[in-house]
Amino acid sequence: MPQSSTPTSVYEQVLDQSNRANPYPLYAELRKTPVARQDDGSYVVSTYREIVALLHDPRVSSDRLSGPDVGRPGEDERSGEPPTSFIHLDPPAHDRSRRAVMRHFGPPETPGRIEGMRGRITEIVTTLIDGFEGRDQVDIVHDFAYPLPVTVICSLLGVPREDEPRFSKWADALIETLDPRTEDPERLLATTQREMSSYLNDVIESSLANQGDDLLSTLAADDPTCGGLSRQELLANAILLFVAGHETTVNLITNGMLTLLRHPDTLNRLREEPELIDPLVEELLRYEPPVHFALRRIALTDIDIAGTTIPQGASIVLALAAGNRDPDRFDNPDRFDPDRPDNEHLGFNSGIHYCFGAPLARLETQLALTELVHRLRNPRLLTDPPPYRPNPRLRGPSHLPVAFDGVAPSS
Amino acid sequence: MRVIVDLTRCQGYGQCVFAAPGVFALHGQEALIYDPNPDDAERDRVMRAVGACPVQAVHVDGPVTPVAKGKRRARPAAQNGQRTRWKGRIVIVGASLAGLRAAMVLRREGFTGPLTLIGDEQHEPYDRPPLSKQVMVGQVPPDHTALPRFGELDAEWLLGQRAVGLDLPGRQVRLADGRQVGFDRLLIATGMSARPWFKPEEAALDGVFVLRTMEDAAGLRRHLAATDGRVLVIGAGFTGSECASVCRELGRPVTVAERGPAPLSGALGGVIGAIAADIQREHGVDLRCDTSVTALEGDSSGRLRSARLSDDSTLEVDTAVVALGGVRNVEWLDDSGLAAGVWGVACDAGCRAVDVNGVVTDDIFAAGDIARFPHPVYGYQFVTLEHWGNAVAQAEVAAHNMLCDQSERWPHLWLPVFWSSQFGLNIKSVGVPTFADQVVIAQGSVEERRFVAVYGYQGRITAAVTVDQAMWLPFYQQLIERAAPFPPELATAEGPVELRPVAAEVSDHVAATQNATVVVTGHDPGERRATLVRRRA
Repeated sequence: MPQSSTPTSVYEQVLDQSNRANPYPLYAELRKTPVARQDDGSYVVSTYREIVALLHDPRVSSDRLSGPDVGRPGEDERSGEPPTSFIHLDPPAHDRSRRAVMRHFGPPETPGRIEGMRGRITEIVTTLIDGFEGRDQVDIVHDFAYPLPVTVICSLLGVPREDEPRFSKWADALIETLDPRTEDPERLLATTQREMSSYLNDVIESSLANQGDDLLSTLAADDPTCGGLSRQELLANAILLFVAGHETTVNLITNGMLTLLRHPDTLNRLREEPELIDPLVEELLRYEPPVHFALRRIALTDIDIAGTTIPQGASIVLALAAGNRDPDRFDNPDRFDPDRPDNEHLGFNSGIHYCFGAPLARLETQLALTELVHRLRNPRLLTDPPPYRPNPRLRGPSHLPVAFDGVAPSS
Repeated sequence: MRVIVDLTRCQGYGQCVFAAPGVFALHGQEALIYDPNPDDAERDRVMRAVGACPVQAVHVDGPVTPVAKGKRRARPAAQNGQRTRWKGRIVIVGASLAGLRAAMVLRREGFTGPLTLIGDEQHEPYDRPPLSKQVMVGQVPPDHTALPRFGELDAEWLLGQRAVGLDLPGRQVRLADGRQVGFDRLLIATGMSARPWFKPEEAALDGVFVLRTMEDAAGLRRHLAATDGRVLVIGAGFTGSECASVCRELGRPVTVAERGPAPLSGALGGVIGAIAADIQREHGVDLRCDTSVTALEGDSSGRLRSARLSDDSTLEVDTAVVALGGVRNVEWLDDSGLAAGVWGVACDAGCRAVDVNGVVTDDIFAAGDIARFPHPVYGYQFVTLEHWGNAVAQAEVAAHNMLCDQSERWPHLWLPVFWSSQFGLNIKSVGVPTFADQVVIAQGSVEERRFVAVYGYQGRITAAVTVDQAMWLPFYQQLIERAAPFPPELATAEGPVELRPVAAEVSDHVAATQNATVVVTGHDPGERRATLVRRRA
């Protein structure tokens, strides 16, 4: 970063790649000003209670079209725009769209779908670890944490796994648009979405022709006049599911292995107490969450919070990972403690934009870490800290080299 | 295993359903229905649900050391020790939700002395809300709603023992069998009973039920399984409306007779009441408002056959559910010297009971449905809150205060929250909706049955009701706590752009204490005394 005469704000330091490996001391700095105005007029919120309050505040918009001048977009503003996924919508459009997708993903209509994937995911995990045999070190990211969720999401959505080289490029591009430092993310977004829509539309057509029971073709078969989505809406949401199912779970699994290797007592305990994995993954979501900042929000009116007024139209950055380490909410917040009671973490966000894929991410991470811990003999970190991806929002290691003394057979 | 979900906290994220779809289910978009006593084979999945709940509202059997919500920063042990130095015998009369919770908190806060719970029901403490839902519909057996953590508690249980008297100076509770149980501090948590049908000979007909206890639920369930005729629900409060919903789900023809202008109007006012009426009718309920039942008629074998209504109609029915609210279990406090009557047991905001002279006592506490306490947020008016969440929260405050000095006592400043699931909708409320002169639909769409109604009193927000919009409830709770202006200045992400407040149509409640007749005697301040004159029926 070039030297500048103006002092760098704490938030700017967080964005700086050199602080990626350990942003938590900076988050403690951030929390000293719970609602901090930035030079560009946006507000960074970093304390737990204030974050939760804003996530449940109907005066806060997630709609990209909400802005300083336009306020809440009307139908007219919306009409010229391509459909967007529910993550960028407010109610009632958000609720309608999210529910339409949920119909085939979870309760109330399809409660058992994700739990029903347990066997298939276990199989994928087992196969990946079987592949470690004969080696004495692997890159957890490249050899495990990336291929696992990608295979799972492909299987769920009905996307051919062998197209990975094509869609990984798109996924990377979309992740880049979520980096607060990316210039002109809208253009990159539009191009990538166009290419992906066209690809996914072909996938859906071929699956419909073959009467597949994957999520995308099931959604495509729903009648838009009876709560279903138009094809354009479906494609917008399909891109969201596909990308979100990629990167965030990779980071969660990688962060999990990294955290366990940094806490060998807990790792050993997990070998003895397999049921520890459930609270452990929740604590991981608090301690090393895959998403550090929620997507940009807009204040639809002046909002008084923590002694500050966020003016109408201002951008709001919610620092979920800083809230997760707030000592006013969590005792000893910098301690990794799977026995922590009452762990209402923000690892999956909160409110109406609570992570749609949370149940799948949980299941994958629980199975992945359990198997890694049970099968890798004497695993150890080769570099600590590992190298990190540049993205400060979706934060995680780019590589996690781990050495071990052998692989136990799967039980 | 035993499971309980704190539905006052639940926001309908559905994560428990994903984790254990055989135990938890969403009824509609966010009303959670669950099996409180699932098979042990479900344990792993239930434990995943416990961990996954974003608001940590799912609880199961386990050690009696749950962390109290909101008390994040535990005091150092030394201070805890100081605070719990009080020693003595504690007796809790009432072994249901409030009594059990208080006992758990007493132990959690380090009370090691003798602890006795007295309950008039034979069963260990059980949860009542499922009785008008999962149990009534037949998904869960009536005896499967026992509350978790009963077994682990170190206490003496006197179950199936009715308390019949209280000797304040002698510090004794008298039981029906003549036994006396001594105490140093007492918690009164005897709750309510269902208000019976007013003609005993009609109430005794086969087919006429109230719904409050496990036995009530078992009898009603058996009867519903054995009959197929019309069900008459008398009273359209929450219990009556939930019963009507279940009976429609079971495919039964249902008539609801409500004396007031609309269902739920007693609790939520006429505006929401009118919406509730529409919802009932959409689900095929024959709803008759401003209508009372004048007679229940049986055949020669004592079976319910028909009902006469004040609209001059006669209905053929084989089942009648009397859902006319409850009466507080205070008979045992007659002549005790406490200010106890049909209105409940008066106490201060710290749960200490008040005697007939209006003087607060030191060693007698009250919690739950029976406690009538002044609420600062509502003009210091005395309120009784017959809610599940109040029983839990007030029991925690009472138990804490029973162990500590004046300076460390907590006020029961809980904002009322309750929920009801009916007709596939999740209705939640925060605040006191009857404390209102206006109401406005602030979010969502009444037509789509997903909205937020906000209540105001003299320009201040006092309550909010959500229908399938529970995730927004915490926001409105904060507005109430901050005494925010009404109507709210909401530029919400989803209109209506212009809020149109209308009259709340809340009935003028005659305070129950207006029935209290007190005679004052004596002249000097030292000898002035009040005496409660009870009207015997």
